[in-house]
Parts: sequence; structure tokens; C-alpha cells
Amino acid sequence: MSWVRTEMALAQPAPTSVRGPVAWVRKNLVGTVGDTILTILGIAIVAWVLPQVINWAFINAVWTGPDRTVCATAAQGGIQPEGWTGACWAFVNAKFGQFMFGTYPIEERWRPILVAILFVVLLVPMLIPRVPRKGLNAILLFLVLPIVSFFLLIGGVFGLPHVETSRWGGLLVTLSLSFVGIAVSLPLGTVLALGRRSKMPIIKTLCVIFIETVRGIPLITVLFFVSVMLPLFLPAGVTFDKFLRALIGVSLFAAAYMAEVVRGGLQAIPKGQYEGADSLGLGYWQKMGLIVLPQALKLVIPGIVNTFIGMFKDTSLVLIISMFDLLGVVKQNFSDANWATPQTARSGLVFAAFVFWLFCFGMSRYSMYTERRLDTGHKR
Amino acid sequence: MGWNGNCVHTGKKIRFCLKTEKGLWVMKHIAIGILGAATLGFMASAASATTLDTVKAKGFIQCGVSTGLAGFSAPDDKGDWQGIDADFCRAVAAAVFGDGTKVKFTPLSAKERFTALQSGEVDILSRNTTWTINRDTALGLNFIGTTYYDGQGFMINAKKLPGVNSALQLSGAAVCVQSGTTTELNLADYFKANKMEYNPVVFEKLEEVNAAYDAGRCDVYTTDQSGLYGIRLTLGSPADHVVLPEIISKEPLGPAVRQGDDQWYHIVKWTYFALLDAEELGITKANVDEMKNSASPEIKRVLGQEADTKIGTDLGVSNDWVVNIVKAVGNYGEMFDRNVGSGSPLKIARGINALWTKGGLQYAPPIR
Repeated sequence: MSWVRTEMALAQPAPTSVRGPVAWVRKNLVGTVGDTILTILGIAIVAWVLPQVINWAFINAVWTGPDRTVCATAAQGGIQPEGWTGACWAFVNAKFGQFMFGTYPIEERWRPILVAILFVVLLVPMLIPRVPRKGLNAILLFLVLPIVSFFLLIGGVFGLPHVETSRWGGLLVTLSLSFVGIAVSLPLGTVLALGRRSKMPIIKTLCVIFIETVRGIPLITVLFFVSVMLPLFLPAGVTFDKFLRALIGVSLFAAAYMAEVVRGGLQAIPKGQYEGADSLGLGYWQKMGLIVLPQALKLVIPGIVNTFIGMFKDTSLVLIISMFDLLGVVKQNFSDANWATPQTARSGLVFAAFVFWLFCFGMSRYSMYTERRLDTGHKR
Repeated sequence: MGWNGNCVHTGKKIRFCLKTEKGLWVMKHIAIGILGAATLGFMASAASATTLDTVKAKGFIQCGVSTGLAGFSAPDDKGDWQGIDADFCRAVAAAVFGDGTKVKFTPLSAKERFTALQSGEVDILSRNTTWTINRDTALGLNFIGTTYYDGQGFMINAKKLPGVNSALQLSGAAVCVQSGTTTELNLADYFKANKMEYNPVVFEKLEEVNAAYDAGRCDVYTTDQSGLYGIRLTLGSPADHVVLPEIISKEPLGPAVRQGDDQWYHIVKWTYFALLDAEELGITKANVDEMKNSASPEIKRVLGQEADTKIGTDLGVSNDWVVNIVKAVGNYGEMFDRNVGSGSPLKIARGINALWTKGGLQYAPPIR
């Protein structure tokens, strides 16, 4: 019976027609006539746009300079040759401090920088799962850091000069609003979601009223009301800090949206999980904390991060109460006649868009990583 | 009132209308009551302490400026506010404290500005605000004068409209204008009054109007004349664009203070007059110290060098207040040139903002 094989045939590599770059191109780019046309169109568009973008953003761009003349052509009163177009990064360069800190006094800017360093030092180990002592880290990040930052940024203690929040601006405002919003909205939103599903009528009613009221009013209306109407009803001289108003507004709004996201997760957990926890004799908080919430929150990570990203971008709405977040400061500086050129607005907006994209993309990638790490078989 | 016109005269509907009308009446009166109480509230407290006392107690002047308008109030590279409006507040600070840096700026949107002044959030509103009777009376403000005579003007693309050198030749042109502004209404009035046709190209946002004009979607751009010069700097080929001489509306821009505090009103008003008188007498930032020893009795009087002078102390400030003002920001002409005139990228001509002695409208009563 010599024709019977006694060992398994060695696995052969797939034929070259289905692997390698050539096969990939064949399958993905020129698989059908339609694909081929789209591929050619796509390449044409990229070939047409990309050189212009690179030319504008890098090759022709002006990186440093004292005022508008470096970014304007001779006809526009500058030094560039006729027909020149390029990004005016000199504008971003000159205004960089303002874009980051607003009108925070220059000699005090080490304070927000120190806060930023502390924030990164505490945040990075928090995000890397391998690093131990998560509990201590969380306490430092969410309890100690806000208090330390508050005193460092506001000042008025330990010999630090007082800096009014009206002088804050730029990325400092964007990030502090977002950080507080995120740190407040997730726990508060979770509690509201649990409250809304509670069997106790008063708690349930209160949560429903809060969530539905806050979700029913646009944030911009509330901000506008507190900045234009509220001062008329208060005695003269009593002014609520604008930044505080924005902080409270943004946090409560994010919490209401977060509550509904978390509630979606809670509803997706099968009844059997609740009953299983009950049959083990767990109390309400044990049941929620050990069985239900870990599963529910994991399910709604995309929704949570969606809310975070939305809130991060919504911070620009504080412009309505004359607080200047990153976008607000960039736009405000367009009015500086020393930098008014055709390229100024474009360059400033591209810079702002890039910074927003950097943070939002970072959040989005990290959430995808967390989803993969926590994946326990629900993925489809 | 709108809701009357909507009534349909069937028995049922009329009843409904009356009910609605009454409801609105009640709501309106409740609203007036609340606002009235609020108004009384801050008026009463304003009377208890004068603005000058509170300003001196806190050690600085809180100045409301715009959120960014080239030449009037805009942040420079360091984030300090520059412009005519910002400098005016520095001048008042110099008069009160002898130090032009004792001022803090609050950027205010067009909607917030009056509330901010009424509620005491700012001490001076120096925010390119047009002086009108309604604002002077109903809104409880006091305008102290006109620091910049502005008016709506036209800018044209000379390549598309060759040979046009007057707004009266603009019949049939496509005009870019921001929607929902008085600018739009003035434009319609002007063309109607002169029996001309035009084709409005309307946008909601100023940036959109600028982009449309730069892209050539319209031949004419209309807004306040000072704004036209700022916009011209952002155009691809500014030399092709000409600002026409016609001004079709009056926009006297000036600082305002709260009603009911005459002392503060006088300090701010006479700061403005001092800036003008200094220019008229040739007192500049550079020569103010020499001018103190001038032979002219008028100059000596203005600079507080007269023996036993009480001009400054009667006003509530020190006697060398004019010296302090000029040292801080220069005279009116210097302030104008530095921020919007020949010394700035805007290069706006003095025009009607010249002194009365040079054919302009800027005229100040004498300091004596």
C-alpha cells in the first residue's frame, strides 16, 4: 500500500496570483472596469491636489517673520514675488503663545506649562494597561491634579500672582474645559443613567427631568442666557466668573448626553446577568459595579468617546460668551492689521483644524485600542 | 402688532385672538416688571458709590472692547490690545491714575456690550459703537463724544468696473453685503433714493462676504469705511480695489459710560477733549515735557502748569492729567496715525476725522 501518504503534505504558499502586491493591486484597484475607472480618477485627483497642498503648506510657506510683509506679495505691500501663494506659518509662529494660553501673562506662562507636564506625566501611565498602581494614579489624576491645577492657574496663593480667568484662552481653555467635562460627565452620567433605570420613583423622576431638560435646551442658548441676561438680575458688582459658567454648562450638558449613552449600554445587558447577580446575593452597588457596569460601559465605548469628541469640539461655543478657546483666539487674531494678508486666515484655520484633529484622532485611536483589549467575544 | 393682523373674523377665532393678545400683554408686563426691577437695582447701587471711587479702589479701569476689529481693538503679537478704542481707555487710565497701563480689557460681542456696561462689568464701553438717540436714552448709556467719524462706504474692483469714481455710477452692479445689518438697509435706501438698480449678493457671515468679493462674485463691497480698509489688506491684489469717496450713512463711533454718574462722565469726556486740544496746541508724546515750560499761557494752562490751577482737581483727577494722557498715548492725531492712519497698515486718511482747524469735524471745547 505504498500509495498511501504517511505524513501530511507540507503547506504550500498561496499562488502568486492571490498574494503579494501585484495580486493586491489586481484585487483592490483594478478588479472590475468600475474599480479601474475609480482608481484612475482617484489617482488623478490626488496627483492634482497633493502637489498644490505640499507646495502651499511646506515649500512656499513662510515660517518666520516680524509682520505681514513676509506673507504678502509686492502688490499686497509685502516682499513676496507676484503670484506667490503659501502658508503664512509666521503668523502662527508669532501668535503661538496666544493660541496656547490666550492673554495669560507671559511671565506667568510657566504655570500652565507645568500643569500640562503634570497632566501628561499622570495621563500616560493611566493609558498604558501594563503600568501598575492604577488606583493611586487615578486619584492623582482626577482628584489631586484638578486641585493643584486650580491653584497653579488661578494663583493668588503661595505668592503666585492672581490671573483672572478672563485672561485664559486658546488651547488652555479648550483643554481645561474638556478635561473637567470628561472627568465630571462620565461618573455623573453613569449615576444619572442608573437613576433613570431605578425603581425608586423620586430618584427616577429627578433624573428624567434633569436629562430631558438639559438635552432639550441648546448649550448655546444657556451660555448666551447666563452671559447676557443673568448680569441684569444680579446686584451690581456681583459677577459670576465666565469660565466657571462655561465649565458648569459644558459639564452638565456632557453628563446628560453621557447618561443616555450609558443607559443604552445598561439596556443591552441581558436580564439573566442581573438575575445571576441577584442570585449570588450581591447588593445593588455590588451588582452594578461588579457585573453590569463593566459589561455595559465596555459595550458603549464608541458612544462614550463620541460624546467626548463632540464635547471637545463644542468647547468652541464659549466664543458666544466672549471666552476665546483655540478657534476663538485664532479668529480673533485675524483682526490684527499687522498680519492681515490673504494667507493669514487660511493658515490660522488650518493650524486650528490640525490641533483639533490631533486630539480627536488621538482619542479615537485610543478608544479603538481599548475596545480591542476589552473584547470578550461580542465583536461581530 | 403682528398678532392682530393674523385674526380671522369668525366668532371663535376672534375670541382666541383676544385671549392670545391678553396673554402676551401679561407676559410683556411681567417681563417689563422684571427688567424694571433689575434696572432700579443697579441704578440704586450705582448711586451709592461713584464709578471713580470704585475704579480707584480696585486700582484699574475695566474697559469693554470689541472681540477684534483692525485698528480699533485687536490683540498684537504679545496679546496686548491695540487700536484707537483700546488706547482711549489707556488715556482715561492715565488721567485717573497717571499710568496708562492700569487698564484691563474685556472683549465683548455686539450683543453683550450694553448689558456689560449697565451691569457694571465694565467701566467704559470703548467698542466702535455707533452713537444713536435710542442708545443714549432708552439703553441708559451716555456717549461722551465721537472718537471716530465712520460711515458706510463702497469699495469697487476697478478691473471689473473701469472708470468708476463715484457711487452714483454703480447702477446695475452686483453688491456684496452682510445680511441682517443696517448696512443692508442703508444700501437699499441709497440705491432707491438715487433711482439706481443693483444686484445684492448677500451672506450671513463677514468671512463669506470677504471670500465672495475676493473671488470676484460681486463688483462692489459695502460696509463701514474703516472696515473696507481692513478688508482690502486681505485681498489678493489690493491695488485693483478702490474705496469710493461717498459715505451713505452716519456712524459716529464713540465710547460710552453708564447714565447717572456725572463725575465719571466728565472725566471720560474731558479725556477725549484733552486728546483733541493737545493736538490742536501741538503737544505731542515727544515734546510734552518741553511744552510744560512753553511761553504760551494756553499751553501752560492745559498742562496744569498755571499757578493755583484747579482744573484737574475740579474734574476729580490730578492737575497734570493732560501731561499723563499725552505721555501714555500721545495726542489724538498720534493715536489716529499709529492705529489706523499712515503709521499703520490700514493707511486711512484723516478725512472728516481731522481737526476743525484742518477742515475736519474734531472740535473740542477749551480747557480753562
